[in-house]
Amino acid sequence: MTLSIQSIGRRFGDAVALAQVSLDVRPGEFVALLGPSGSGKTTLLRILAGLDYPDVGKVSLDGVDFLAADARKRRVGLVFQHYALFRHMTVAENIAFGLRVRPWRQRPRRADITSRVSELLSRVRLDGFGSRYPTQLSGGQRQRVALARALAVQPQLLLLDEPFGALDAQVRTGLRRWLRELQEELNLTTLLVTHDQEEALELADRIAVMNNGVIEQVGTPEEVYFEPATPFVCEFIGRVNRIAMRRDTGGLGAGGWVPRGEPWHGHYPHATAYIRPEHLEIGATDAPWRGQIRHVYLAGSIAHLDLDITGVGALEADVASEDLARRNLAVGAQVSVTPARAVLFAGESARWSWQAGAGT
Amino acid sequence: MITRASIVRVLMILVTLAVLTVFLLLPLAVVFSEALDQGLRAFIQVFHQAEARSAIWLTLLVAAIAVPVNMVFGVAAAWLMARFEFRGKALLGAFIDLPFSVSPVISGMAFVLLFGAQGWFGPWLIERNLAVIFAVPGLVLVTVFITLPFIARELIPLMQAQGSEEEEAARVLGAGSWQMFFRVTLPNIRWALLYGVLLCNARAMGEFGAVSVVSGHIRNLTTTVPLEVEMRYNEYDYVGAFAIASLLALLAVLTLAFKALMEWRYRHELASGGIHR
Repeated sequence: MTLSIQSIGRRFGDAVALAQVSLDVRPGEFVALLGPSGSGKTTLLRILAGLDYPDVGKVSLDGVDFLAADARKRRVGLVFQHYALFRHMTVAENIAFGLRVRPWRQRPRRADITSRVSELLSRVRLDGFGSRYPTQLSGGQRQRVALARALAVQPQLLLLDEPFGALDAQVRTGLRRWLRELQEELNLTTLLVTHDQEEALELADRIAVMNNGVIEQVGTPEEVYFEPATPFVCEFIGRVNRIAMRRDTGGLGAGGWVPRGEPWHGHYPHATAYIRPEHLEIGATDAPWRGQIRHVYLAGSIAHLDLDITGVGALEADVASEDLARRNLAVGAQVSVTPARAVLFAGESARWSWQAGAGT
Repeated sequence: MITRASIVRVLMILVTLAVLTVFLLLPLAVVFSEALDQGLRAFIQVFHQAEARSAIWLTLLVAAIAVPVNMVFGVAAAWLMARFEFRGKALLGAFIDLPFSVSPVISGMAFVLLFGAQGWFGPWLIERNLAVIFAVPGLVLVTVFITLPFIARELIPLMQAQGSEEEEAARVLGAGSWQMFFRVTLPNIRWALLYGVLLCNARAMGEFGAVSVVSGHIRNLTTTVPLEVEMRYNEYDYVGAFAIASLLALLAVLTLAFKALMEWRYRHELASGGIHR
């Protein structure tokens, strides 16, 4: 099912929730809508579910106008952050709900509903939980029931609204992988709303990064992470160092680092460079920057270093943990630092993706 | 070992018991003892009188109309208050509470001013030979008004706390409006609704002030149980007054017992968040 969202706009009073949002989702694709709260991602999901309506714009599914259909006729599976299970129904009744409320002509027979429910229960690995009530389940189990309930109606489109938001970290990771496998198995077109970039990077085929009601960038996790299109995407996804660049006689630079191959022909007096912590190399002899290690944070296989660079300021760099001892990287040590990769922005929308060795 | 804390606790329990005895149990006991003052025969005899029977019948009739009306109104108002944002919402909330804050006598007077012979709609009603004040319709109207807040006030905080996510889930799963209401909304509020109905019913049957103003105290026609009690008391028919009063007292006891029974019977469901109370 190809989902096509065209120039959707939605206002709430004076507040613009969505401004001219367009997005195409391919059949079977898993797309994450990633953004901070208030970025409009949930509004977009609610519009697709039929719980809200846009002021302008169109949505079509395989060329058919999707917005014309009432919420109950869209065959959309929606999973809420807080599960929204029917608290007075058992797990089995919850899952059967979407089948039981059908007009009697389309309603499956009782025996068919029962077998479909038990099939779904085993698919979400909750065999034997059918007669329990939602309050008797853990958060992860409840969310799996919610998913089974959404899948029961054989949706054309699966919408997930922060589905792991209320779960603790360990359950979340397990459920995430499981969900991705399930989605691939069912080949179900899926939209995930999340503010958790890690979740989006891990799960999605493509990520749409949203901010203030617009999509800032759509791309694969690799594109969004390594080639962020806007300063917002740089700062929202992953950790990043932000460095103010200034033009002088030697070119556009900061603290002695002047990236080669500048495409702007001396046009902008100032620019901002974004460098990921893992793209700062420590210890090269011809390094442009020198500084001191202020703190070392060991985070498993990786260690984060807080650096104070002369002429630049505080930066963060990542190194492999085993390098700490091998290369004498301790608090107070003097180090040389070389940027390996950066994305630079200048003026209104000028962007330059720079890599060491390229363009020299 | 006797500690300060345990002494305080015993003291508090004793004070509570004393207050309950003086203010609740003694009056209740007096009602029944006065009713049975001249023996069981005299007590039973009271309920063979036409006036008593007609008063009981009228009270049942008024409650049978007022309670369902307020059930519908209460659910609709709570739905409106809990699910929608609109201009004048605070005002609607205040209006729902109005019958609580206005003295019932004033409420009764207001209805007389509206529907009485000299009232706004008086001439229109007289032309069509319709009697509201000093007749049964007036009793029903004021009772509906007086008991207006009971069900809505029970439901509003609950429905606000529950939120609309389950209803949205039902819609997306294909439920129509009525399916959503009867399969999701109503089951989620059933205990609060039942509790509201019990309170509403107790008040509908026991209301005195407002009913007294619009009734006109016509024996066999417009006297409800509370009015009948007062009239008999004023006529020095103590056995009759207290015998009928014991019915109202019994209603109160039964209401409480029924509520307690329900809470015991469905304690697991109540504990699991079916109702936040």
